[in-house]
Amino acid sequence: MSNAVSALNGKTATGPVTVQELGLTGMVTLRGDFEDEGFAAAVTQLTGLQIPDVRQFQTDGVKTVLWMSPDELLVVLPYTEVNAFVTAMNDALAGSHYLVANVSDARAIFSVSGEFATEVLGKNAPVDFEASQFVAGMVRRSRVGQVAAAYWKLDDGSFRVVCFRSVAEYVFGLIATSATAGPVGVY
Amino acid sequence: MLLLQCPYCGVNAEETELAAGGEAHLKRATVGDSDEAFEGYLFMRENKKGVHLERWRHAYGCGKWFLAARDTATLEVFGTYPAQTTEPPADVTENIRAKYPDWSWKETA
Ligand SMILES: [Zn+2]
Repeated sequence: MSNAVSALNGKTATGPVTVQELGLTGMVTLRGDFEDEGFAAAVTQLTGLQIPDVRQFQTDGVKTVLWMSPDELLVVLPYTEVNAFVTAMNDALAGSHYLVANVSDARAIFSVSGEFATEVLGKNAPVDFEASQFVAGMVRRSRVGQVAAAYWKLDDGSFRVVCFRSVAEYVFGLIATSATAGPVGVY
Repeated sequence: MLLLQCPYCGVNAEETELAAGGEAHLKRATVGDSDEAFEGYLFMRENKKGVHLERWRHAYGCGKWFLAARDTATLEVFGTYPAQTTEPPADVTENIRAKYPDWSWKETA
């Protein structure tokens, strides 16, 4: 089997705001009817987490379930568990109208943490990052500079950013450069 | 700058997060319809300076299509609503009439 490598292989830019590509991370796109009991039960049974409310996520520290749209979830989990998870999900949902796709190698995931992480992200997105507006537990799909991305805020105030693998270098460079340029004093 | 609230995810989306999809509430011509009906469905569009009902997609967000009523001249937004509607909902119509009492939509005029 080939040697799996993430988009930037853990590239890190350290500073007051540290940007780190998180390396191999399991990511699964799940689509289905959230109101459907079978779908909701499968998600809860296989992740141990409830389907999150609109623009929220649920996490137990290892697995995370994120609300991506009214019929789409993103499950983030350890890379080594992905294949088993996809198989189990397919078994659980067989016969219903759903989609399960392993997108681990089609996405890049970053951590953005540090004293003015909020400002760094705010420079590149049409999103209100004011602490009272963008609270921990919230996820937002938007863009980073010119490309689509999703970001969510953890309890420690740091952010996770997910984008397409093909634009990982651009996203990393943009965020890291914005971090180097310092805060702007908006948030 | 245009801000539209996506009715699916609740985000007040800024224009660059959205993709415009042209006039809303078009009725598809179908088998057996006249050439004129097809021409109307395919090509004939409102081109309002003023209140317009439009399709928009929350392209960089949740990805869903929704509908919006806005003034094309002032960018005032009268409301956004789900795409699964065949006519503007009452609260949107009320908002428009509060500003333009004589407003009527071609389908209900
Ligand atoms: Zn939306």
